[in-house]
Amino acid sequence: MSPNEHRITLNVNGTTREAIVESRTTLADCLRNQLGLTGTHLGCEHGVCGACTVLVDGRTMRGCLMLAAQAEGFRITTVEGLSANDALQPLQQAFWDCHGLQCGFCTPGILMTLTELLHDDPDADEEAIRLALSGHLCRCTGYQNIVAAALAAVEQLRGNR
Amino acid sequence: MKPSSFVLHIPTTLPQALDLLAGTDNARVIAGGQSLMPMLNMRLAAPDNLIDLNRIPELAFIRDEGDEIAIGAMTRQRDVEHSPLIAARVPLMKEAILHVGHRQTRNRGTVGGSLCHLDPSAEMPTVMVAMDATLHVDSARGRRVLPMREFAEGLMTTALLPDEMLTQIRVRPWASTNGAHFVEFARRHGDFAVVSAAALVELDRNRRVARASLALGGVAATPFRVAAAERALIGQSDDAAFARAAALARDSDALDDPAFPAWYRQRLSATLLAKAIRGAYARALAQGNR
Repeated sequence: MSPNEHRITLNVNGTTREAIVESRTTLADCLRNQLGLTGTHLGCEHGVCGACTVLVDGRTMRGCLMLAAQAEGFRITTVEGLSANDALQPLQQAFWDCHGLQCGFCTPGILMTLTELLHDDPDADEEAIRLALSGHLCRCTGYQNIVAAALAAVEQLRGNR
Repeated sequence: MKPSSFVLHIPTTLPQALDLLAGTDNARVIAGGQSLMPMLNMRLAAPDNLIDLNRIPELAFIRDEGDEIAIGAMTRQRDVEHSPLIAARVPLMKEAILHVGHRQTRNRGTVGGSLCHLDPSAEMPTVMVAMDATLHVDSARGRRVLPMREFAEGLMTTALLPDEMLTQIRVRPWASTNGAHFVEFARRHGDFAVVSAAALVELDRNRRVARASLALGGVAATPFRVAAAERALIGQSDDAAFARAAALARDSDALDDPAFPAWYRQRLSATLLAKAIRGAYARALAQGNR
């Protein structure tokens, strides 16, 4: 291996994965190109659009603003890790029910942010949801239904408690 | 939209990082990367060596040291946002941090990274100018201690030499009878502000302003104190006098670009500064009435 390559071990969605990456490889590119997890989307690649947002030890971060080699030792969760066995989580089901996705490009990042928000603040109100969503762009401009889906998920999860 | 090739170094102690910085060519340190990674992705920055500071635990802390609060350069913006110590002792910083990016970038972005990137409209440099912060700048040769206004040399340019890095920020909290307010105007929430204003006031027994610090961000190449307005504020206690003091900000030299011409920034400066002063004064009164 050359000095600008790294053999890394990543914990992704509860599974240990190994990859050889260049120093400059972003976490998002590693997830997509080396690990085949193409649910994490890349829009702007400079941290503005939020499509590549993943959870790093439970905290939302931009997959395009972190290097793969910096991610060793953290628990990485991508949209593929949200549900087990194709059964949708309440948040995902709410997006389906409320027509919270149109083209779907921004959806994976938004789901990761709402996963963090509802974990931190299970009773999040519309204001808190809109504030969290301000870190994402939806070019279908489907924001109303995204907010509606998030509020529906809050209700559903409250019923489950 | 992919970085040019570089070698990533991941030191685990500060001395290791300083040796790497002194001993490798065309090197840069990376903190949270919320400003540097976009520059790498867009190839606006092309270092040959990148030194990652994220595995150096000694650089991340918020400590109460009596007269001063010490903040490690690698302290995440998120940790400032949720720190009871910052909320109690440096409320200006707490209020300003909520304007920095979004929760997804504050989770990784750092205080030191924001100060070193030194975007003219960034909130943290404006707060540190208002607070007269002192900065610890370390290299393999030793330490320099710089006041914030010397650290901020020019447009996105710090006083750091190539082998130096920011390691610690020290702020001196104001007396408990102070009031602080941070306001900004941006086209959308979370965007860089066009102009931001920070006000700190301390009152005398007659509820008049006895001490003031007023800073503006986004107006000029670096944030600055509005000394004339600070002087005009001393001894004042009513909105009309606050507005007269704030209006002196219109004389500031301002950046000029097609989206936001200088005259617009100057007018916005006076408006926002007046708002910041009114808010800070109201909070100082509320503190005094407790």
